[in-house]
Amino acid sequence: MSLDPATVRRIAHLARIHIEADDIPRWQAELNGILGWIEQLAALDVAGVPPLTGVAETALPMREDVVTDGGMPEKILANAPSRADSYFVVPKVVE
Amino acid sequence: MSYTIDGKTGPWELVIGLEVHAQVISRAKLFSGAATVFGGAPNSQVSFIDAAFPGMLPVINRECVAQAVRTGLGLNAEIHLESRFDRKNYFYADLPAGYQISQYQHPIVGRGVIEIELADGEVRQIGITRLHLEQDAGKSLHDQHPTKSYIDLNRAGVALMEIVSEPDLRSPEEAGAYLRKLRTVLRYLGTCDGNMDEGSMRADVNVSVRKSGEPFRTRCEVKNVNSVRFVMQAIEAEARRQIAVWEEGGTVLQETRLFEPARGITRSMRNKEDAHDYRYFPDPDLLPLKLDPAWVEALRADLPELPDAKKQRFMAEYGLPAYDAGVLVAEQASADYFEAVARGREGRFAANWVIGDLFAALNRTGRTIETSPVAPGALGELLDLVADGTINGRIAKDVFEDMVESGEAPAEIVARKNLRQVTDTGAIESAVASVLAANADKVAEYKSGKEKLFGFFVGQVMKAMAGKGNPALVNDVLRRHLA
Amino acid sequence: MSLTDLTLARAREGLRKKEFSARELTEAHLAAIEALNPQLNAFVTVTHELAGAAADDADRALARGEGGALAGIPLAIKDLFCTEGVRTTAASRILENFVPPYESTVTAKLKASGAVFLGKTNLDEFAMGSSNMTSAFGAVTNPWQRGGDPAALVPGGSSGGSAASVAARLALAATGTDTGGSIRQPAAFCGIAGIKPTYGRCSRYGIIAFASSLDQAGPMARTVEDCAILLGAMAGFDPKDSTSADRPVPDFAAACGRGISGLRIGVPLEYAAPGVSGEIAALWERGRAWLRAAGAELVEISLPHTKQALPTYYIVAPAEASSNLARYDGVRFGRREEGGDLTELYEATRAAGFGDEVKRRILIGTYVLSAGYYDAYYLRAQKIRTLILRDFQRAFETCDAILTPTAPTAAFAQGEKMDDPVTMYLNDIYTVPASLAGLPAISVPAGLDPEGLPLGLQVIGRPFDEETVFAVADKIEKAAGFSALPALRAGA
Ligand SMILES: [Mg+2]
Ligand SMILES: [Zn+2]
Repeated sequence: MSLDPATVRRIAHLARIHIEADDIPRWQAELNGILGWIEQLAALDVAGVPPLTGVAETALPMREDVVTDGGMPEKILANAPSRADSYFVVPKVVE
Repeated sequence: MSYTIDGKTGPWELVIGLEVHAQVISRAKLFSGAATVFGGAPNSQVSFIDAAFPGMLPVINRECVAQAVRTGLGLNAEIHLESRFDRKNYFYADLPAGYQISQYQHPIVGRGVIEIELADGEVRQIGITRLHLEQDAGKSLHDQHPTKSYIDLNRAGVALMEIVSEPDLRSPEEAGAYLRKLRTVLRYLGTCDGNMDEGSMRADVNVSVRKSGEPFRTRCEVKNVNSVRFVMQAIEAEARRQIAVWEEGGTVLQETRLFEPARGITRSMRNKEDAHDYRYFPDPDLLPLKLDPAWVEALRADLPELPDAKKQRFMAEYGLPAYDAGVLVAEQASADYFEAVARGREGRFAANWVIGDLFAALNRTGRTIETSPVAPGALGELLDLVADGTINGRIAKDVFEDMVESGEAPAEIVARKNLRQVTDTGAIESAVASVLAANADKVAEYKSGKEKLFGFFVGQVMKAMAGKGNPALVNDVLRRHLA
Repeated sequence: MSLTDLTLARAREGLRKKEFSARELTEAHLAAIEALNPQLNAFVTVTHELAGAAADDADRALARGEGGALAGIPLAIKDLFCTEGVRTTAASRILENFVPPYESTVTAKLKASGAVFLGKTNLDEFAMGSSNMTSAFGAVTNPWQRGGDPAALVPGGSSGGSAASVAARLALAATGTDTGGSIRQPAAFCGIAGIKPTYGRCSRYGIIAFASSLDQAGPMARTVEDCAILLGAMAGFDPKDSTSADRPVPDFAAACGRGISGLRIGVPLEYAAPGVSGEIAALWERGRAWLRAAGAELVEISLPHTKQALPTYYIVAPAEASSNLARYDGVRFGRREEGGDLTELYEATRAAGFGDEVKRRILIGTYVLSAGYYDAYYLRAQKIRTLILRDFQRAFETCDAILTPTAPTAAFAQGEKMDDPVTMYLNDIYTVPASLAGLPAISVPAGLDPEGLPLGLQVIGRPFDEETVFAVADKIEKAAGFSALPALRAGA
């Protein structure tokens, strides 16, 4: 499988990373280089092998239903690049 | 008779499935310790986890898991002892992490069923496909600034149950009945308050149309409809739109749409171009969720009696007709109120009073059963006064209205207004005698065969006795005097 | 002996015996940073004042005969650990002004045990790299040089700033994080020891995530024992990390002294694949001889899926990273580039905020998870991960620990291996398999290459058996008698 320019643009958009049109060939070549190298995995027979998500063997720990957090809007907003009162601000979103 | 919409080419059937997002009742959020209460100051119920700060990690709230299990049990559904959390990746202003933690391949609850009853009494089983736990997003406010949207993350991370139905619904009415029934069950279980105004229950509606006997055609999803009425309207509007598209030779495209209640139409949604590519994958921050079967059984044992079972019991135990039982169990509070009134009394009599006089009074005074001006104990006392002959049924209505107004106990009202039923035959005899004397002409008519005048005489006697006469005795005495 | 040359263990003793104060020890290191950091670029932030105050606190505690296990010990902290009130950048422009209002669990534990933080060390951007060339704050220079050649070499990555600072005596020890080799490879390149503990041993809470199923914090120090002491203070169950292991923390330092007589040491055939340089093969052979001499039994083992580990890693790690880094969107914290609409804002912010290697991995990760490719890439990689884990489980039926080289080469020059990303990725060929299996693995300095650059050996253990890893590493360290010093170092 090898990426064409349209796929590079689609992936970059899915990842919300702007790529200049001039840069598409470079990214295409680099990504294809990596994917070409990864391609060797296709040769391995994995029939019947269960997927491994993580190596931790225990079950998911659960916490009690107690309010222990929040109540600190100033800390939440302290790093905001743009705010109004206690809101984060972004360009208007049209649904 | 199945529901159809007539197009130019004849009748069309509707195929409807609902995805309901129900906000879980819990103190803290699904993966953080921030509070869930509605209406806090902006960004005041937000932890660093909810705002997806660097290095923050989710830890699951046991109560949210328990609520999902209770709901699954209440929907007669399979509980999956092992489930998993996945990330649903997309960028949106009120989705801080750039992904929603949800359950994609392995939900906590599998297949179940919900029973709905239609206006004509028909009962239908609607399949539940699954129920999964996921995080709510924050809130974007679009009306605070001409060119900006404001983001409040108070709701971000609150636990939701997404309850997905099979495409078993065939009409707006059925969809409405399904939503109301689901809401009732959730409220009985105490797992969601069902408050659609505050957004604690939102529905995504999948609609397609077809000709009778056809397989399914392409469906569209109408997102975030927030009342039962709007769901019913949205279904009809969307079905009519699709029928028009098909009938004009076009093709319905699978897409996400929004319902505009003011215009009664659905429209295509922007910002959904990535909707087909959420790049789900297992969340590596969370291990598989494994439930102890004994814990699930303990939750099952603690479930309250649910509306279907309660309805059957009301019919069997109190001899109620199905309709009355159904009305009473629609809300836990009215069922409880009824039982408090009916216990040790005549069930149908109690049901008539609750459904009739009480509900009318609540309606009139803008109160709810929880804030009823007449406590169940007081209404019970009133019924006792009727049953033991202290007052007659007619006077009981007046006493009840007084109770609504004054909050006084019925016995006090009866005493204060001197409303005790008159059973003294002497008093009745004299009232009858004076009524007959004053209406000699009518008596003559009656005796010549105009027997329906009997009711007139009863009315006159009761009037003369200020309504307090014992109706049976009044009848007896009249009959004797007119014989 | 100068205060900057002490081991952590010796410094601890000196502080307790009042041979010197924590203030003196800290000042000595701050002076070394001032003198050498302009050349090394190992620190991106130096916290003089906070360090001085923490040292004074430690002195007061020590004077009372109190103080935690690390009272007064000056440490360098990789700038991937969130530190409350201290800028934390992940060496990325997108976080260049980010000041966390919270503290990572590991650094909180270190503070609670009395450690003094000198500052935050440089790294590959978001820990993605093996050379420290991808930092937005410029490359780190390895304090070691090839025989008289002053050309700047890389310190390895991603914990290159931590490795360089410890090697050059700017800190007694440092924290690192390791996703596919980011503690072990730079430790090997800089002639120090560093252990990636078992996945789940240290809390990930407050560590900026790269690949959540692989990331682990660990110590980097000049001796195996120092690593053991530091790990003891970093490790432990944390209810704030659902993947953290709820098990007791053993006395790692005590384990260093354990004999290894009768221990079976596995030597994986597949690590001797063609392409291993003569000097690495020779070093590995010497390592085997040392362990045999210490009474261990050497056994051949097979890890058949070794070859697949690296490409598997380069699916799993970027996939997780593409999702973990979605939160850097210019809305709640970090850099923002304005745009006409929200999508433009996102795309401009992330284009300007991320460097090329980070973008590369996000794009690869996005691709392997995207519709139509998930099964062929991500799901397949997860299945191969199962096979890799099984390889190790089978191997540990016949051995107690595994000995391998840490890296295929010694440190290389800045700018080398930059033409093709895959060439750079091959640095992690020996470290990645243990990462995918979540196993504890240490790198110990074990010798020099012909140009005088340090080389490391790796010891891999069973899950949560860091004690055996430390015991074996300690024997290698003693036998190797590694005493060479880098060209750039405090007091040199
Ligand atoms: Mg949905
Ligand atoms: Zn949902």
